[in-house]
Amino acid sequence: MRARLGYAGGAAVLVLAAAPYFLAPYATTTLTRMLVFALLAASLDLLVGFAGLPALGHAAYVGVGAYAAAWFAKNVGSAGPVPLVIALGAGAVAAAATGWVAVRTHGVFFLMLTLAIGEIVAQAAETWEPVTGGSNGLYGVPATRIGDTPLAVAGVYWYVLAAFVVGFLVLWLVSRSPFGAALRGIRDNEPRMRALGYATRRYKYLAFVLSGAIAGLAGGLLAAQQRLVTPSDLGFTTAALALLAVIIGGSGSLWGPCLGAAVVIVVRDVVGPDIDGHGPLLLGLVFILVVYLLPRGAAGLQWPTRNRPTAPPARALEEARRS
Amino acid sequence: MTAALSCQSVSRTFGALRAVDGVDLEIRPGARHALIGPNGAGKTTLFRLITGLLRVSGGQVSLGGRDITRLSEVRRARLGIGQTLQHASLFGSMTAAENVALAVRRHVPPVPVRERAVWARVDELLTGVGLAGRGRVAAAALSHGERKQLELALALAGRPRVLLMDEPAAGMSAADRARLAGLVRALPESVTILFVEHDLDLVFDLATEVTVLSLGRVLLTGTPAEVRSSPEVRTAYLGTARDEPLFLGEADVPAS
Amino acid sequence: MLTWLDANLVSILNGVAIGFLLFILAIGLSLIFGMMDVLNLAHGALFLLGAYLAWMLAGADPGWGAFALALVVAGLVGLACGGALAVMVEPLRRRGHLDQALLTLGVALVVSELLAVFFGRDVRAVNPPPGLDRTVTVLGEAYPVYRLALIGAGAVLAVVVHLVVERTTVGSLVRATVADRDMVSAIGVDNRKVRLAVLGLGSLMAAVAGVLGAPIYGARPGLDATVLILALVVVVIGGLGSVRGALVAALLIGQIESLGRALLADAASFVLFGALAIVLIARPQGLFTRSGAS
Repeated sequence: MRARLGYAGGAAVLVLAAAPYFLAPYATTTLTRMLVFALLAASLDLLVGFAGLPALGHAAYVGVGAYAAAWFAKNVGSAGPVPLVIALGAGAVAAAATGWVAVRTHGVFFLMLTLAIGEIVAQAAETWEPVTGGSNGLYGVPATRIGDTPLAVAGVYWYVLAAFVVGFLVLWLVSRSPFGAALRGIRDNEPRMRALGYATRRYKYLAFVLSGAIAGLAGGLLAAQQRLVTPSDLGFTTAALALLAVIIGGSGSLWGPCLGAAVVIVVRDVVGPDIDGHGPLLLGLVFILVVYLLPRGAAGLQWPTRNRPTAPPARALEEARRS
Repeated sequence: MTAALSCQSVSRTFGALRAVDGVDLEIRPGARHALIGPNGAGKTTLFRLITGLLRVSGGQVSLGGRDITRLSEVRRARLGIGQTLQHASLFGSMTAAENVALAVRRHVPPVPVRERAVWARVDELLTGVGLAGRGRVAAAALSHGERKQLELALALAGRPRVLLMDEPAAGMSAADRARLAGLVRALPESVTILFVEHDLDLVFDLATEVTVLSLGRVLLTGTPAEVRSSPEVRTAYLGTARDEPLFLGEADVPAS
Repeated sequence: MLTWLDANLVSILNGVAIGFLLFILAIGLSLIFGMMDVLNLAHGALFLLGAYLAWMLAGADPGWGAFALALVVAGLVGLACGGALAVMVEPLRRRGHLDQALLTLGVALVVSELLAVFFGRDVRAVNPPPGLDRTVTVLGEAYPVYRLALIGAGAVLAVVVHLVVERTTVGSLVRATVADRDMVSAIGVDNRKVRLAVLGLGSLMAAVAGVLGAPIYGARPGLDATVLILALVVVVIGGLGSVRGALVAALLIGQIESLGRALLADAASFVLFGALAIVLIARPQGLFTRSGAS
């Protein structure tokens, strides 16, 4: 089974690599956007599907990475993967700074806190004009260069594809490692993990930082592809769409959210213009349908109801904290 | 001889309620120590105070002579406290073997070479609790009795010095109960056991010492025989001292 | 001290006005969260709906009649939407609170996009009704009368809500359900009806808050997310299901948003985040609920 997945993955990469030879430039650009969003969705899945932490503010780390990469490209240089490394680092730092607070909460409270984090970062992006360009954002980002040559449509596509493969592989390897198994244990039954002697908070924090780093990388790719970063790139809608992608595609599988991301991009960017740019409307309806029809509930997000008698989050939290 | 586990004047209040009130408990190494008492006696609270899920309001908890009162549940687990709960607390999305592997891995550094050692230990533990060959079954698909067996495997993975069991026989059929009793009896002396139980037959079958709690206080600690014949224990369970038999086996007429 | 007060009085008064507005918005969210543990992420969209209704019916130059009509229509639409939400959430009751929250998220997306379909993406401004569009001098500063009226209206509504929750049978049912839902259903009360009522009335108040806030905030895409966050912060800090807590927290947040922004500019957001984080970590049940309830 594992071997078959490996072959499927390898074949998919080959097909994707060949795409620019068969597609018109516009389609290639759309595919590029899909890859960027897919990486974001996969990074979110590490939190949602593996650690069981429903994060609604993940776009913040994409935004931080995007702004960092764009700023770097404009003011220092746009050579090769350097802006991407900057973006990854920025995402990691932002996640580290906010994550230590977030992982001390659970379930709905975690959702609220991450939502608040996302909104606050978005607001900061809007108001911190000297650095972020305010509501106009950072535009005129120079094209990425490999060596001395700036990349064109196909070049950007392969650049993004390469980074996507690297990022996805990192997530994949982590998910299959003992660390990933521990995350799944925390998702299934955190109290049991603690009773076994796992310092669960540390694991959740690490997952949060790693997830934020890869999201930052996705942001760097966004900046490279769009050559423009605006506050809406890290707003509530983006965060909601990312969560949508994960849920639609099936959380806990890493590749499912990638497919979900493709669906979201297709609806938003391909079908969207045909319905006056109201793609999010269609997506919202799809999302509602998915929430109702998912057999296992928002898949993999096993919450207090699973292994313990039903207790509302507030009380469950109090019980676990009675001290 | 240092007690394997001891509580000194341990108490715990919730607002105005003194759930546990000045409890002294000494458990000698290798003991099979039962904790019994009527509902509301504070058994579960005391259980949680020992495992670390709850923090004490007063008093001291010691493990093998070491003061663990201020330590978190995670730290206590690492020092050698294992636990099984009333509702088998497992990892629902994984197979039985994966469940045990999680417990084992906590004690094995994540080096690839060790993988084989991990799975060998998993097999050893599964066989030890009577689940040999059931490793590939999803935890959610196991029967109630098997889930309790699996939980025992999880608790034993860390080679605990003290194993705390909360109502191990809860919800079990007679056959499962017998199997469980056999498993517990087979555990080595290096594992000290403290178990909370309502099933008094099981208690008198397995226990070497018994502590009776009532209204948060220790009523009596002694051998099963002493507890069985104590008038105070009767009063605590029945409300008034009577001459009627409290425990089945004493006479053929059950208490009304 | 007096000069400081003088210089910042406008901000402080703004803060009180925003605070009462937030209270009206957040109380429904707090009660439904406290009662059903349902995080209604569509609450902000209802506020925005109210704001757009105000613009549509009362426009840029509303008469009193138009404004009152907007309030009534928004109230009814809000009530209907709340009822619809209750119905939609019902089948998911067994599936856990996260699924319910996700459902409301989907609804929020749909509603906010529908609003963009109908009303476009421009920022819409609404003027206060005649009589309230003047300014009055307070301590030497000109201050909009509308905001003072808002403070008045908010205070009245706060008293009404307090009376309903503390003195009526329905209110006592709500309080009981917040404290111990299983007990309430055990004594035979149909939780569904209570939930329907709370979701309906809470949504009604959210939409009304949108109308009342329109002369201050206008109506624009993205406003729903902004007010949702503020309402969530109020609910968390004030405590789930606590009326008193919601009021105090709302006034506090109102001050941070107003005075805080005036004094600290952008750092005000971080103060907000910090407060939320501290409360979530240290006292997740909020500052005003009894700890260890049941």
